[in-house]
Amino acid sequence: MSEAAVPGGLWRRAGRQLAGNTATRLALTVLILIALVALLGPLWSPWRFDQLDWQHLAVPPGRLAAHWLGTDRLGRDLYVRTLYGVRVSLLISVLASLVSLVIGVTWGAVAGFAGGRTDEWMMRFVDVLYSLPYLFIVIILTTLFQRGSIVVLLLAIGAVGWLTTARIVRGETLALKRREFIEAARALGLSNSSIVVRHIVPNLLGPVAVYATLTIPQMIIFEGFLSFLGLGVQEPHASLGNLINVGAQEMQSAPWMLLTPATFLVVLLICLNVLGDALRDALDPHER
Amino acid sequence: MSAEHLPERAEVLRLAQLSVSFRTATGLVSAAQEVTLSVARGECLGVVGASGAGKSVSFLALLGLLPPNAYVQGSAQFCGAELLGAAARALDRLRGASIGMVFQDPMTSLTPHLTIGKQIAEVVVRHRGVSWAAGRARGEALLTRVHVTDPGRRMGQYPHELSGGMRQRAMIAIALACEPQLLIADEPTTSLDVTIQAQILALLAELKREQGMAMVLITHDLGAVAGVADRVAVMRGGRVIETGPVGVVLKRPRDPYTRALVDCAPQLAPERAPMPDTALAGSEPPLRAVALSLTDVSVEFPVGARWFGRAARLSALRQVSLELAAGESLGVVGESGSGKSTLVRATLQLLRPTTGRVVWMGAALGELPAGELRALRKDLQIIFQDPLGSLDPRLTVGEIVAEPLLVQAPQLTATARAAETAAVLERVGLPARLTGRYPHELSGGECQRVGIARAMILKPRLLVCDEPVSALDTPTQQQIVSLLADLKRESGLSLLFVSHNLALVQRLCERVLVLYLGRMMELGPASQLYAQPLHPYTRELLGAVPIPDPELQPARLSRVLAGEPPSPLNPPSGCAYRTRCPHAIPVCREKVPAWEAVDGARRVACHRWREL
Amino acid sequence: MLRYALRRIGGLIPTLFVIVTLSFCVVRLAPGGPFDQEQTLTPLVRANLDRLYGLDQPLSVQYGHYLRGLLHGDFGPSLSQRDFTVSELIAQGLPVSVVIGLCAILLALLIGIPAGIAAATWRNQGADHGLTVFAALAVALPSFVTGPLFALVFALTLHWLPVAGWEPGAPRYLVLPVLTLALPVAAHLARLTRVSLLEVLRSPWIRSARARGLGGARVLWRHALRPALLPAVSYLGPALAYVVTGSLVVETVFGLPGTGRYLVQGAIDRDYPLVMGMIIVYGALLLIFNLVADLLYGWLDPRVRHE
Repeated sequence: MSEAAVPGGLWRRAGRQLAGNTATRLALTVLILIALVALLGPLWSPWRFDQLDWQHLAVPPGRLAAHWLGTDRLGRDLYVRTLYGVRVSLLISVLASLVSLVIGVTWGAVAGFAGGRTDEWMMRFVDVLYSLPYLFIVIILTTLFQRGSIVVLLLAIGAVGWLTTARIVRGETLALKRREFIEAARALGLSNSSIVVRHIVPNLLGPVAVYATLTIPQMIIFEGFLSFLGLGVQEPHASLGNLINVGAQEMQSAPWMLLTPATFLVVLLICLNVLGDALRDALDPHER
Repeated sequence: MSAEHLPERAEVLRLAQLSVSFRTATGLVSAAQEVTLSVARGECLGVVGASGAGKSVSFLALLGLLPPNAYVQGSAQFCGAELLGAAARALDRLRGASIGMVFQDPMTSLTPHLTIGKQIAEVVVRHRGVSWAAGRARGEALLTRVHVTDPGRRMGQYPHELSGGMRQRAMIAIALACEPQLLIADEPTTSLDVTIQAQILALLAELKREQGMAMVLITHDLGAVAGVADRVAVMRGGRVIETGPVGVVLKRPRDPYTRALVDCAPQLAPERAPMPDTALAGSEPPLRAVALSLTDVSVEFPVGARWFGRAARLSALRQVSLELAAGESLGVVGESGSGKSTLVRATLQLLRPTTGRVVWMGAALGELPAGELRALRKDLQIIFQDPLGSLDPRLTVGEIVAEPLLVQAPQLTATARAAETAAVLERVGLPARLTGRYPHELSGGECQRVGIARAMILKPRLLVCDEPVSALDTPTQQQIVSLLADLKRESGLSLLFVSHNLALVQRLCERVLVLYLGRMMELGPASQLYAQPLHPYTRELLGAVPIPDPELQPARLSRVLAGEPPSPLNPPSGCAYRTRCPHAIPVCREKVPAWEAVDGARRVACHRWREL
Repeated sequence: MLRYALRRIGGLIPTLFVIVTLSFCVVRLAPGGPFDQEQTLTPLVRANLDRLYGLDQPLSVQYGHYLRGLLHGDFGPSLSQRDFTVSELIAQGLPVSVVIGLCAILLALLIGIPAGIAAATWRNQGADHGLTVFAALAVALPSFVTGPLFALVFALTLHWLPVAGWEPGAPRYLVLPVLTLALPVAAHLARLTRVSLLEVLRSPWIRSARARGLGGARVLWRHALRPALLPAVSYLGPALAYVVTGSLVVETVFGLPGTGRYLVQGAIDRDYPLVMGMIIVYGALLLIFNLVADLLYGWLDPRVRHE
């Protein structure tokens, strides 16, 4: 009903809706702030992420001006380490999301558009992979190949994340293919490839954008999870996952080592989820 | 308070100054204003108007069925008791017991996970306090009452296992479960096929006659009102603009809007002179070159394909042959599942026929290389059923209409494209300011005009219309059909017009093809086919068309045939129509009737057309 | 319904076979062997070890052996814990993991679905808003954050519960791990149930049921609830996968003797039979659980059975 009253194309409408929402604006601001601080913050600090300060071991936050967020057992500055961890986590999650998007969108769009037997086999393959305890496969991949290598980690996470993307994209493609405007395009004399480029892909962008936004926090969790188990990023490098792991081991005597990275992680995840949900509400074609 | 204590002709329902508005983000939106109506025992009140006229809202309001943001004022008395503001429990005692309600879409208005039997018995148990066994027994009796075949088995079936007509009968049975004093039917036939529509209307007329309850029939279809209602109320913009006996309102409308409604209602005019639009092509078509010909075209779909084992084959179209001359218009009619849309898609090669040839201007379309076929599509254009769904939501009106030029005439400059786009938009009656709009910002009629503009910009020689107006309001339908008639006259294109609406086909087409279960039943000039149908199925279809004449329609309804189309997966042997045909004889079971030529221009597939 | 069930059960076996084959390939194609880290081994001893465990034979032969063993329920010997067979190790750890996992799923269902129904029933009231915020938070929090935090708050600070450890028959050791696993699942279930119930309540058949005078409670329980539960039921499969994954973390954080550690340590040690055994056992568990979810779905929605 109100649908007809909202003018403009899909993206403009979505942008307007996102900008009009306080929670979304707040989440976006916080996210940009965290990203900026993670990128630039360490430049202003005298400490490097792996620099040891033997005078100040396990200092709680707020005690020393030099280490305002405290230090760990080895005297490394937690502020710098946490920001470094945020950087690594964001980098891995964004890249892994890209990997999974590229594989997933291609796979799903091809299966959906080809249809028939091709579709059946391609999706059966996805189903079987889906029924595997995929996390186990990732664990095996990361351990059996080079443990701690960021490239392996990235590929392993991305290679698993594409399954859901492929399913969603295939479903959307199938639904699109049944719409009359695709038939109209064929009746105009468009070739299959032009139909995909002109009509299918632009209509897929919305759901894919939504899914990508919601994938990033999942990838952050995934990286954190592997690093927590000691299978991801290795010491002395830091990611939010292995910082939390170390923090959990020390929480009895130095709870700040757990709380600082955990807070960053949680704020990051909440912001990303809020953004993803808002984007879905704004773009989801099923809502209108 | 039971019905027996009421005197004859007592008022059952009285609405006085009923107003409904909705609180929305943009403020209070009024949906019905000061509606004053009454219905007496044994009487049927027809409430007509376009969608959004406030018909349904007024009656949902008195039952307390509106969403919580609705704001209702005025009074609604049922047998003297005020309904507005009544306690929820009091309303629950009335709803389903004293007031039965039938909704528009029987598929979504029945609970999908409960069997029909459970849903009927539930109402009886709830209101009568009887046992479940007694409730089920009553349910079966009710299904029999509404002429559901094999009621015992239906009781155990889920809604999705029944046909649309059966579902609607089941919903009527539920509404009748406790012998209500008032039955409110809200667009009860809108989502059904013409023949099934007629059956449901005939059932409602019979129930009114025999049960003696008060009835409200909410509809946009004047033909439905003419057949069933005693009095009519016409609504527009939330207000009642005219009420009166059905004969007076439909025959001598006072209000100009009512008159417009009556004028644009689909009329079937077998006895009258041909309508002007039909006449424009001339009643004696001159000899013209054949532009399009289909020879023995069949389309089969595999269904229920499994990984192993053979898939069943659904024969959607069986051996259809026809010819269409340049500048001629051919209508294709039939119920849903008759293969109309398949015929359209096979003709345009949007779907490859399993067998048979489609020849356009001497070129067999199925044998052309892909590139040549794409180039040829310039001549063959199509308009779709779903006005909004046939437009890419990401493109503006201007982009949609110009797209065919990009494909078929890439040499054009942007300026030339814009000029052509503007010209064609003006031709289909769309203001230039809509060029930058997106489809969701347009009305259904405007969307369909965009679809027509997109088809016409290439100046095609064949325009195929697949149910182009069935998703639109009656007045909009008329405008679109007039536009199509004008375009055809101006550009001399051939028209293949598919519709389930026989009245519209009569307005637009010179010849008509009747399909049933994918098979050709009858083909002939519209004037002859409508005036003197040869095939019993054509006769049934024509008999089912609701005509807005209260003097003729009740009698027509009483002659409506029973029966529904069989599953296309398992079609009857011999003549496909024989399971519904009142004249079927043993030979109809054994032999497929030949496609016989009659008086040169007509053809029919029936063993007994000569005797009937 | 029965035919539907049989068809689904019949589909399990090929899938399981694919899982076995695929994981065999993944495990074996990775570089490195089980005895690489033991530098003290002479080439002769190594070759003997390889022969003992059949690692010197071609992969196809090893695969055949493995399949034959599997048919008899034999996962082979563990290469890293050489006194045990894989079956013995799994038999030790699995009960702990299964108890925790099932308790978590049950708890999540018991909290999540009623909470979702309540939120939909009292839509846009205080409880609904509270639940929405809480669920958004709980869904965003991974178990490797909540686990340590719960331990910090409830065990180390408040001393209500033990920090870590396991004693058979002592439920207090179960509380924190189960809570950690159940919380996000419950939050997700509550969200799904709330949204879908709201949608069902807007559907024409609910209006039609109300028009029959059936009363609020009956409309909700009999006409609305079953279809509204469908999304929650579809989520059960992914939920179990989540719980299985999370149990690796929870077993580490709370020092539980489950099977999670075998997987991580087994992979690090290149203990092929142990890793394979874990994948197959968990794969089978997931498959069976998904099957139950599918059957439940078919029962809730009669239309599915017909396809």
